[in-house]
Amino acid sequence: MTLEITLGPLLFNWAAEDIAGFYERMAGEPLVRRIYLGEVVCGKREPLAAATLPEAADRLRDAGKEVVWSTLGLISSPRDRRLLQGVAQQDGPRLLELNDIAALSLLPPGRTFIAGPLLNIYNGSAAQILVDRGCERLCANVELSLAAIGEIHRACPDLEIELFGFGRLPLALSARCHHARQAGLSKDTCRFVCDRDPDGQAVQTLEGASIFSINGIQTLSHGVHTVAASPDDLRAAGVRALRLSPHVCDMSAVIAAYGRYFETGDRGRLLAQLRACDLPGPLVDGYLDGAPGMRLAAAL
Amino acid sequence: MGSIELVCPAGSPAMLEAAIEAGADSVYCGLRDETNARNFPGLNFDASELTRAVDFAHRKGAKVLVAINTFARAGGEDRWRSSVGAAITAGADAIIAADLAVLAHVRELSPTVRLHLSVQAAANTPEAIRFYVETFGVRRVVVPRVMSAPEIAELIKESPAEIEAFVFGGLCVMTEGRCALSSYVSGQSPNLSGVCSPPEAVSFERTAEGMVSRLAGLALDKTPAGATAGYPTLCKGRFATDGEAAYLFEEPTSLNAMGLLARLRDAGVTAVKIEGRQRGKAYVARVTGAFRKAIDALDRGGSTAPYEHMLTDLAEGGRETEGAYNRRWR
Repeated sequence: MTLEITLGPLLFNWAAEDIAGFYERMAGEPLVRRIYLGEVVCGKREPLAAATLPEAADRLRDAGKEVVWSTLGLISSPRDRRLLQGVAQQDGPRLLELNDIAALSLLPPGRTFIAGPLLNIYNGSAAQILVDRGCERLCANVELSLAAIGEIHRACPDLEIELFGFGRLPLALSARCHHARQAGLSKDTCRFVCDRDPDGQAVQTLEGASIFSINGIQTLSHGVHTVAASPDDLRAAGVRALRLSPHVCDMSAVIAAYGRYFETGDRGRLLAQLRACDLPGPLVDGYLDGAPGMRLAAAL
Repeated sequence: MGSIELVCPAGSPAMLEAAIEAGADSVYCGLRDETNARNFPGLNFDASELTRAVDFAHRKGAKVLVAINTFARAGGEDRWRSSVGAAITAGADAIIAADLAVLAHVRELSPTVRLHLSVQAAANTPEAIRFYVETFGVRRVVVPRVMSAPEIAELIKESPAEIEAFVFGGLCVMTEGRCALSSYVSGQSPNLSGVCSPPEAVSFERTAEGMVSRLAGLALDKTPAGATAGYPTLCKGRFATDGEAAYLFEEPTSLNAMGLLARLRDAGVTAVKIEGRQRGKAYVARVTGAFRKAIDALDRGGSTAPYEHMLTDLAEGGRETEGAYNRRWR
């Protein structure tokens, strides 16, 4: 079975015209069948997303793409709760990705859903509980090793598994906004300063090692995670799809590189092609082997 | 209005006894393995120590809450199942869990044992709490340390479960259970392995300018000679953005919300919790004693003010904060 390529929700605060231009290009990508849309990081950005994403969704559907609506990773304000309630209603979008467990108590019985990578599903028994409630696909938490994902697959063989396959890793969420704090602003008066950093802002140690990047209330890795396990190993662990997380770099080239990789399994070539894409950080791949996530990807 | 329940940490049998003698209403502890979120060497209880601890506590009129609050390792769920079995056999008054699999297993083994939702589950909305109450019969929820006091008060109005809030000790800057910073650098994290900044990855290096604290070789802070270097956790490290070094996420301070006890009680908080199972007997005796006096003063209609500065020297770097409760950073 061919591995599927999906495009994850945009994690960063891009300008409306950049968002429109990006999804216009993605509408023309034949290798991508499914695209996740929605603001998953910050509830304050939701009005910005609401102004641009419905149009992008229409455009993508017209181009034959399957559009999934991703929900916020951390529901914290009354506004977030109202939004979630709206999305979870029967007349909401057909395909829904949940990133906060709160959504489970709002979904009508029998409503199917996709479990996002920000949910804490670490084992087959937990995954089975979601399957029993209508979960059709799980995008694995980024900390999980491929061995752990294989165990989840063995426990829930019918559950489709998607992997966060490319991009800066979503590592942490906080109630406080790091961008606002750094700019000397409060979260309520943030002026959306996160828009200065369309791939997140790099964070270095006192000795100059780049380690994380900040994106509003989210902390991401500085390194760009890549899944370069062999396509056979991925399939054996139940992986059906690889999720590419949007960045400023040439995403069409990234998509093409993975498309070729799925055909040839040539890891060295995949890494070389990705490195030529003007990435925001070095390629890392430790998590899949149960190693520190920041381990640099090597050609083997 | 009833008294607020004082829940104190026990990293060892000696610490459990010290906490109870100092006035804890309840103590929480874990088994000696990766099933609890303080999986440090030399800490925690084996099954027979737990049984004896429960007997001791019950004789003294105190409760024992057993934390089995990490996420079960895929393929290794049996270890979490056996911890649940050990806690029930020992007669624990409640089990504190976060993983859906562990919560479900508790219910399979006992339809009646009291379940508390660990802070690692980060349930901060009535909707999330309702899910855990309806699915597993959770009776109490420990709320994340990133919530403000007004937010907790609002949550309680709609919460179908009791609320427990942290009032003293270490402070997570990120939402608990939603943070993988430690595994990105060290390979181990609270969710994966029950530990944040694993001790074997920590080192301190004495240099001409002072002490450099490191995690997996990365410098997280530099402390001038003579000053106390804190334990290096990523969220409290000093980092540079645009060449400027600062405590990017949070200053290395500790939570002390004793001054907010009356407000939390009036908001309907059922229990308050002291962090620090890794901190030892002397620590727990002092902190428990001070909070016992403060709560007793409140119960008599008095003020907590005389006790609010009794614990300042225990804080990280000697600095205390009321944390998110006052939402200054909003």
